[in-house]
Amino acid sequence: MTISLIVGAAILAILAFRPSVVRRITLCATCPPGFELTGNNTCKLRTLYQLYVSDSGEDAGVGGLKTALPAVRDGFTPQQIDLGRYLFFDPVLSKDGTLSCASCHQPEKGLSDGLKTSIGINDAKLKRAAPSLWNVAFYRKLFWDARATSLEEQMMGPLYSADEMGSTKEQLTATLNDIDEYRALFKEAFPEKKSDEIEVSEVYHAIAAFESSLISLNSRYDQYAHGYAEALNKNEIEGLNIFRSFVARCAECHTPPLFTNQQVAVIGLAEPDGLPLDPGAQETYNDPSLRGAFKVPSLRNIDRTAPYTHSGKFSTLREMIEFYTLGRGHEVAAGEKLHIHWHIWEPELKDHELDRLVDFLKTLTDETFTPRVPDILPSGKSVQVRRQDYNISSLNQ
Amino acid sequence: MKVIKNIILVITFFAFGTYIGKLIFGRSSDVPAPAPTYFQSGVSNDSSGIGAGTITGKIINVTAGQSIQDAVGKATPGDLIRIYPGVYNETVYIDKDNITLQGVIEKGEWPVLDGQKTMNDAILYSGNGVLVENMKITNYKGNGIMGQAGNNYVIRNNWIVDTGVYGIFPQFGKNGVVERNVLTGIEDAAIYIGMCDNIDVRFNEVYGNVAGIEIENSRHALVEFNYAHDNTGGILAFLTPGLPIKTCYDVIIRNNYVYNNNTKNFGAVGSTVSHIPKGTGILIMAADDITVENNIIMGNDNAGITITDYGYAGVDHASDPESEPNSDRITLLENFMSNNGNDPIDDVKALMVTQLSKNGPDIIAVGGGAGSCVVNPARYRTFGLDKYANCTATDTRAVKTYMLPKPVTPRATTLAEKGKMTYFAVCSGCHAYSTRLVGPPLNVIQALYKNNPKGIEDFITKPVHKRDDYPEMPPQNYLTEDTRKAVSEYILTLTK
Repeated sequence: MTISLIVGAAILAILAFRPSVVRRITLCATCPPGFELTGNNTCKLRTLYQLYVSDSGEDAGVGGLKTALPAVRDGFTPQQIDLGRYLFFDPVLSKDGTLSCASCHQPEKGLSDGLKTSIGINDAKLKRAAPSLWNVAFYRKLFWDARATSLEEQMMGPLYSADEMGSTKEQLTATLNDIDEYRALFKEAFPEKKSDEIEVSEVYHAIAAFESSLISLNSRYDQYAHGYAEALNKNEIEGLNIFRSFVARCAECHTPPLFTNQQVAVIGLAEPDGLPLDPGAQETYNDPSLRGAFKVPSLRNIDRTAPYTHSGKFSTLREMIEFYTLGRGHEVAAGEKLHIHWHIWEPELKDHELDRLVDFLKTLTDETFTPRVPDILPSGKSVQVRRQDYNISSLNQ
Repeated sequence: MKVIKNIILVITFFAFGTYIGKLIFGRSSDVPAPAPTYFQSGVSNDSSGIGAGTITGKIINVTAGQSIQDAVGKATPGDLIRIYPGVYNETVYIDKDNITLQGVIEKGEWPVLDGQKTMNDAILYSGNGVLVENMKITNYKGNGIMGQAGNNYVIRNNWIVDTGVYGIFPQFGKNGVVERNVLTGIEDAAIYIGMCDNIDVRFNEVYGNVAGIEIENSRHALVEFNYAHDNTGGILAFLTPGLPIKTCYDVIIRNNYVYNNNTKNFGAVGSTVSHIPKGTGILIMAADDITVENNIIMGNDNAGITITDYGYAGVDHASDPESEPNSDRITLLENFMSNNGNDPIDDVKALMVTQLSKNGPDIIAVGGGAGSCVVNPARYRTFGLDKYANCTATDTRAVKTYMLPKPVTPRATTLAEKGKMTYFAVCSGCHAYSTRLVGPPLNVIQALYKNNPKGIEDFITKPVHKRDDYPEMPPQNYLTEDTRKAVSEYILTLTK
């Protein structure tokens, strides 16, 4: 009697929940580290830099130690952020199900991939290096050539590029709508949505939500900046002073607290292996004076994201820094007219100064908010889709 | 000419002497206030609104053979560091608020910071409320005094000789004054106000530099009563592209002496100022809402006042779509101009030929721009002022200063707020409310330390390994004591 009641109830329950599947995943209802859950179920970033006023202009967010940050992209719900995390790690987003966002933005490689230039679908060798995603919530321009102005716009690049993830809007939405678990998760993350269909804008929104949660602002440098003088040792402080001096001028473009001023700049790099010059932002702005200009990358977690530059031509920090003291325009090919940035000059840094700069840059490492890799994915695929021959270790360890 | 120069020198020395006299004889060393009385008169253009130099703490004396940086290390906000005559070979960095560095000049002997041409910068500061005065600074490669995002700064009475790229360079600072400094031998701008707001630059002498005074990508600057002579260019207002601050406007250049800025350009290749023709009195490039008034501008061989956009300036910077390249709304009021343009560069010569003149102009405006005006242009030799209207404004006397009436204050935050920020910025990396991350959940901690924030505070200051099932927690002693207290209290209030 009792048993039949239970069985009956169970059958009823199953029937009641049809056509939804047996859910294996529920979205996290709390904000990621660094975010406070506020009213309207939204996550707001909380950092010690919010204790400071910005010095020059409205939320310019540049310069000095105790400076406010530029405006941040936050206010997503915990569920949207967590859904974005599943999408980010799910190779089902690519044309052939082999590549996820995390293939080129791996948590254990500073949210980059450790390669000189990335490798896309069908082993396509891509033109540029994968930038780290730390602190993208603050960026107003994305891609090395600054051609996107929002995370949503940016992600359409790799998602739909034939050489990268190779998908299309149609394929992406069709694939996700075919997975019942994703349908349910999107309902959970976007409770006000009318249609049962997953919209592509919701996919963008969720991934942008997740990417905006990748915050790194609590390095030893930050402890120093907030007033703990002992956070850095003597060599590192010497490095900081070289970094911000007007001889080396690093801090003029790699401006704290984000360690980028978010501008594009021509520093006069040649391509490796005799390749033709990458015009960079010249194409974005259709402006020949920006030939060879690239976005100034942040130096946060820089020790974790070798190799360096858009072409990955320098494999160590030491080599990268040395570039700046080998002569203004020393790599520029004859006949190439570049408008090299005025801060690129002849600082004549000594060997020990280069070493101290490396010491200092290593204090910018903070990966405490590294995101958790999902144990299972809504698509049923494994996050461990890696190509062994590139020596890319599995994510999920 | 020479007479005028001598008179100015005499006046300068007299003022200086009076000041130093007060400093040495008027106070015993236990009276710390470094501000001379004329700054405390309460008149509207004193610097009392800045707040720097208000001594509330101890006095630290530094004498020859000791290190200024050691003193800065020992100092806490509100302290006065007095530096006695002697030679100091070091880079001094001030990453603290409200620190005063005061040189003590005895019988004409100055404390000297000497970088021996091996060191980068003499003084770097990032703190608010920093005051630097009475220092002789020489032989550095980068800067004499450079500020990075320090607000409420006072830099005065310093004597700066060949300190590399810049002499005095506050960057990203709001509310400051640079006054009564003497600077020479600088290969870029002697006084360089970069990306600042609300700044007065006054009573300085700049000579023998590539640029005397440069106001760049800054807003609300008053440049007054300066003596800029024998530089390549005397006084400049620039909007430079490619910087994070995209505007330069509301600059008043008035009552300055701008003489004989005919020194050969010795700027570094690639620098903006390397393009300045020698013989430039005042140069305005791409900046807006600039007023030039009551200056005496004489003997500048290229042109007295040059107004240009990027195109004409010949600067080869990459362009910046967010940076507007024209000089708009320039107001040229009465100025005393004479004997300018005796040896113009070829480009200017070619333009002046169209005016049947062999000499360069007092005023030249080239390139785009709108809304500008000039008073009484017929008295000068000019080029390109056809579009300039007659000014309706007559003077700027209503503006006494661009410093703020009160210091810029840090964002008002309570300690409770700081506790909360610290929790999310630091603790939440390892602790969530009810789930296990790296460390135990907070609801478990709350149960252990109910009504006992002190217990949490003691633990995070010096953690002891209590539970085998969790890793040992690193000490959080880099947080100040009151922050540790605040965050401990905040942790006990969390409900989710």
